[in-house]
Amino acid sequence: MTLGCQIRPAILVSINKASGEAMSDSSGFFNEMLEKDGSPRAPYSRIASWLQDKPNSFLSKKSRDAETIFRRLGITFAVYGAEEATERLIPFDPIPRIISASEWRRLSAGIDQRVRALNAFLHDIYHRQEIIRAGRIPANLILQNEAFLPEMAGFTPARKVYSHIIGTDLVRVSENEFYVLEDNTRTPSGVSYMMENRETMMRLFPELFQTHNVAPVERYPENLRQTLESVAPDPAKSEQTIVVLTPGIYNSAYFEHAFLADSMGVELVEGRDLFVDAGKVFMRTTRAPKQVDVIYRRIDDAFLDPLTFNPDSMLGVPGLFDAYRAGNVTICNAPGTGIADDKAIYAYVPDIIEFYTGQKPILNNVPTWNCSRKDDLAYVLENLADIVVKEVHGSGGYGMLIGPTASKREIAVFRKILQNNPSNYIAQPTLALSACPTHVASGIAPRHVDLRPFVLIGDQVRITPGGLTRVALKKGSLVVNSSQGGGTKDTWVLED
Amino acid sequence: MLGRTAASLFWMSRYQERAQNITRLMEVAYRGAIMAYDGQAEGHHWQFALACSGAENGYHEKHDELHSRHVTNYMVFSKDNPISIRNCLELTRNNARAVRTGITAELWEAINTTWIEFCDTSPQSVTQEKLPDFLAWINQRGHLFRGALLNTVLRDDGYYFNQMGTFVERADNTARILDNQYWVLLPDNDIIEDGSSERYQWSAILRALSGRRSYRFAYPNAQLKAFNIAEFLILRREMPRSLAYCYDWLADTAEDLGQFYGSREPSLDLAADVFKDLKEKQMRDIYQEGLHDFLIDFIGKNNQFAHQLCEDYNFA
Repeated sequence: MTLGCQIRPAILVSINKASGEAMSDSSGFFNEMLEKDGSPRAPYSRIASWLQDKPNSFLSKKSRDAETIFRRLGITFAVYGAEEATERLIPFDPIPRIISASEWRRLSAGIDQRVRALNAFLHDIYHRQEIIRAGRIPANLILQNEAFLPEMAGFTPARKVYSHIIGTDLVRVSENEFYVLEDNTRTPSGVSYMMENRETMMRLFPELFQTHNVAPVERYPENLRQTLESVAPDPAKSEQTIVVLTPGIYNSAYFEHAFLADSMGVELVEGRDLFVDAGKVFMRTTRAPKQVDVIYRRIDDAFLDPLTFNPDSMLGVPGLFDAYRAGNVTICNAPGTGIADDKAIYAYVPDIIEFYTGQKPILNNVPTWNCSRKDDLAYVLENLADIVVKEVHGSGGYGMLIGPTASKREIAVFRKILQNNPSNYIAQPTLALSACPTHVASGIAPRHVDLRPFVLIGDQVRITPGGLTRVALKKGSLVVNSSQGGGTKDTWVLED
Repeated sequence: MLGRTAASLFWMSRYQERAQNITRLMEVAYRGAIMAYDGQAEGHHWQFALACSGAENGYHEKHDELHSRHVTNYMVFSKDNPISIRNCLELTRNNARAVRTGITAELWEAINTTWIEFCDTSPQSVTQEKLPDFLAWINQRGHLFRGALLNTVLRDDGYYFNQMGTFVERADNTARILDNQYWVLLPDNDIIEDGSSERYQWSAILRALSGRRSYRFAYPNAQLKAFNIAEFLILRREMPRSLAYCYDWLADTAEDLGQFYGSREPSLDLAADVFKDLKEKQMRDIYQEGLHDFLIDFIGKNNQFAHQLCEDYNFA
């Protein structure tokens, strides 16, 4: 869940009377709600006028109501390292982020293209590696990549699908320009927030749903279940036993694991609830053991099976990988999908799309410098103050440098770190992330947002119209991660 | 149902019952401590709460004196005391979180809101004057838990495991309180005519088991007597904390569970045996056998039942 794009400090004009901050500006970042002249963009026209006559106290009260709902339902995430109050709420912003039907059509076409290409790529690199033979990607970038699992070589999962659940991170920089920041092909999280945010909005503002034709997101669990059933080892079986595998109640996304199991009507299991016997996976029930067909796992590759991967793992199931390779159980997402969202591979995704689909990419990739390359490193070192540098395997917005907001000292320190281990870093230009009106202490002000739609790949590609909009609540900040003070918004896709 | 889910439901209900039992012991101790008329030192009453809950040794490792403030902190808020109300409520909630998919929204909200509000209360703010209100609140929240369970939970195996947790813990609690004070419940005490005719321990025991008022309805002459109190709390099936009542439920629930799964497990027979014994016994037999020995034996059988249950249904 990393997002670290940065924009140049903007000069804000047109002061909004409520917050004292600019609601629109002339210097670069795209405002989701307002045109340059201050008039509302079409998808936001009703919301803008609805907001106009609402006093700040109205939104403050609604925000408090939302917080109460989230707290009571236990929609929390765990924070590492904090001794007290290890469960926190992700702040929820009551002003929705709105996407028009035509914008969505283009986005979903781009996402569809991308997730198909990435699955084709995964199948290829675990089989004939045509893309390497064709010289489109350097072999060492894949074969020496930690995320590449040699254990997967030669194995073909059901329907040749590797990454069944993907959360594509997008940012917008102008009316028509969206960039993909990350593909999240391992175990993307946040979908429970997409659903709970919608539930909460419908409770807080029922009147808005009468005036807007908002595409529903509630079918996600049903779609997820269909997707998982469609990739079962024996699709002809009349009843498939599906489970969600969680590391347990102390995991930061535990709420989501429980939520998904509950809303799909399947068991939420921990590693110790499963065992392998004669190459098949069973769960321990109060009665006879029950065979499991599909595991939607929310634990990392390394912890899946202590016999194959990390021998110290207490979370996994001994023998699971052998049962998987024997074709007796499906693991979603497949082990080894991390190679497809690796930051070093990221720069090649446009080539990957062209190679496997023969089409031009619909969505942009952010230009990326690979610090393992000499020329790229030289450029990056030269321009540290203007760009963003990320660790190849880092996540959560940690271990990165945001040049434009970093102090001279921070840049100097980071320069040394980078020079010591350049291949561990990539760099990208600072992007002017779009901003969306957001409720803050002093009123309504623009805050930078990203967007994570959720995609399911099985017998077909299903993209839920909507997603998770994360918002950087601090003024000027571009880090939207919940672990670093980011919040979320309900995301509306309007239907024609 | 996963074996681990069954275990979590069992322990969720068990810890909630325990939290409420400890709360009631603290209410009794507080009441005794503020009343000087019985001539007992204040510390004696706190001792009662510590001893009945099995927290005595742990407390004395930390504190030399029986001071109301220290006992309150240790029994209500302490993280070091494994059976403090705080820890019981946290374990209730952790078990509930582990089975979020197996409990209703109403039940989850009852548990979660209790925990959130408990955590929002600073130990300093609960002064001795405010302690009774705070304890009463915890008690009420316990009733909300039971109400949500009984009113909203599907009558399937999950429900049965919850009931087992509640009544195993309740039976254990009643037996321990009785055993802790068994000598004041020996019939010899009824002969002592010291003018007050009631021993202060008697009402403390009844209060700790929510039986002070109902006793007076169950025994028409309403006089507190050791024999009657012991009978009331051990054998009378209309008293919802008596051993017989608890085993009435446990035997029934074990039977229901056996029917639900369509197979008879050893735990079912254990519960039926204990209940049969309680149903047929008279107080005279128990005194003859020795009240203390009877209670120790009962506590052992109750534990054995819980272990067998865990074995029969693959609690993880």
